[in-house]
Amino acid sequence: MKHKTPLLDQLESGPWPSFVSDLKQEAEVRAKNVKGIEYQIPTDVCEDLLGILELSFKHGRTHWKHGGIVGVFGYGGGVIGRYCDQPETFPGVAHFHTIRVSQPAGKFYTSAYLKQLCDLWELRGSGITNMHGSTGDIIWIGTTTPQIEEIFYELTHNLNQDLGGSGSNLRTPSDCIGQARCEYACYDTQNLCHTLTNDYQDELHRPAFPYKFKFKFDGCPNCCVASIARADMSFIGTWHDDIRIDQKEVKGYVGGEYVPNAGAHSGRDWGKFDIQKEVINLCPTGCMRFEGGKLEINNRECTRCMHCINVMPRALRIGNERGLSIFVGAKAPILDGAQMGSLLVPFVKAEEPYDEIKEVIEAVWDWWMEEGKNRERLGELIKRQGFQKLLEMTNIEPMPQHVKEPRSNPYIFWKEEEVEGGFSRDINEFRKYHQR
Amino acid sequence: MDKEALKKIIVETLEGKKGKSKFYLKDFYAMAPDEKPRDVKNLVNQMVGEGILEYWSSGSTTLIGLKGAGKQAHAEDED
Repeated sequence: MKHKTPLLDQLESGPWPSFVSDLKQEAEVRAKNVKGIEYQIPTDVCEDLLGILELSFKHGRTHWKHGGIVGVFGYGGGVIGRYCDQPETFPGVAHFHTIRVSQPAGKFYTSAYLKQLCDLWELRGSGITNMHGSTGDIIWIGTTTPQIEEIFYELTHNLNQDLGGSGSNLRTPSDCIGQARCEYACYDTQNLCHTLTNDYQDELHRPAFPYKFKFKFDGCPNCCVASIARADMSFIGTWHDDIRIDQKEVKGYVGGEYVPNAGAHSGRDWGKFDIQKEVINLCPTGCMRFEGGKLEINNRECTRCMHCINVMPRALRIGNERGLSIFVGAKAPILDGAQMGSLLVPFVKAEEPYDEIKEVIEAVWDWWMEEGKNRERLGELIKRQGFQKLLEMTNIEPMPQHVKEPRSNPYIFWKEEEVEGGFSRDINEFRKYHQR
Repeated sequence: MDKEALKKIIVETLEGKKGKSKFYLKDFYAMAPDEKPRDVKNLVNQMVGEGILEYWSSGSTTLIGLKGAGKQAHAEDED
């Protein structure tokens, strides 16, 4: 290796896979260049990356200058500039820009497509990828400025793929695998994700907002893409009617014919399946009972926690009247602490062309674009101006589902015009009936 | 207000700023208080396309300034 890296080498000594080993492996591949690739950025980029990281560990400070004006023509996102402040010692990483590539919906790839992506990135970048970033994109780490337009051309013309979102843009929408593989999916996550991605191309590629904005789509409340914890607007599948019960299959679980959780916890012996202990007693709303060999659910009390369905998927199925709930304001803890999404729309059918959903999205955006402070996420604006304001701006009537629990978030107040006679009163008239 | 007049106001306002060379999108809304934010956003993005303004992105936030103003291409070895 070009640079000695004793501090980084320690990271290889633990029991876990190490990114240091991965970088050394890629450095070796590039140095040998068995495939005879005409590398378009310095061949020793990985070695210089290890070198500058070692120096940062030694100094206890970063040697990166983050951010920049780099990008592709017409786009205000997808490329994040990065430069190092030691370009003479580490010329391979003097420019080390990140490229965000939109991931296919549901992260469906063919291996041939993955190879194409890797070939392009080996030729025109460092070969280092992050599959996937926390927003879901394919992240390519490290290339030089002249390569950016070239990569963009090949990506869009030959690989039929687009750049992802970054900066104060709509971020690359991300969804779960949905109805393609999962019987719990209450709506076609991929269709909604793809439709909104296409419809909001302008917001995705050009800065439109006070800060980042994320859409995420989960087909059911299992929330496999964790939309409720991370997306400014999350779309979580749900159903309006009853959980479908197949009593014969319930007996199959109770009698030990089927393993619970489809065998997911089969690593050790948990003993005989106990429906009372493992399902009924764990129901968060206590809306289930199992008596005389029959399972009953009081569906009006069910909060769609999914536990019973996850444990006994052959016996219990999602309802037939399906749609989604919209939650708003989730975020990671950068400024005001982490927040989970708040329920804004309890149930809406997810049917093309999704006009009802788009109406909510655009009303939320109009409010946030107008009122949001610089670098203020939607969740922080909701906290600052109140959930009631959000309801007003989206023309959504307050309803019991908006209240998390009585007396804990009483954000809904009467307004004067909603009260007969207003808030003023004739004190003399009042005193006729009420002594001081 | 017509687009050309608005563009002129934006350029003049930015040229008149001392110290800072890059601004949040919201700062542009203040330059055109009678226009809808969405229209100003579209105009600013159009001006970037025309080469009058340019983006600077930290990765999480985007700032916008006059093309070439402030610590730009030269400092980042782009020229």
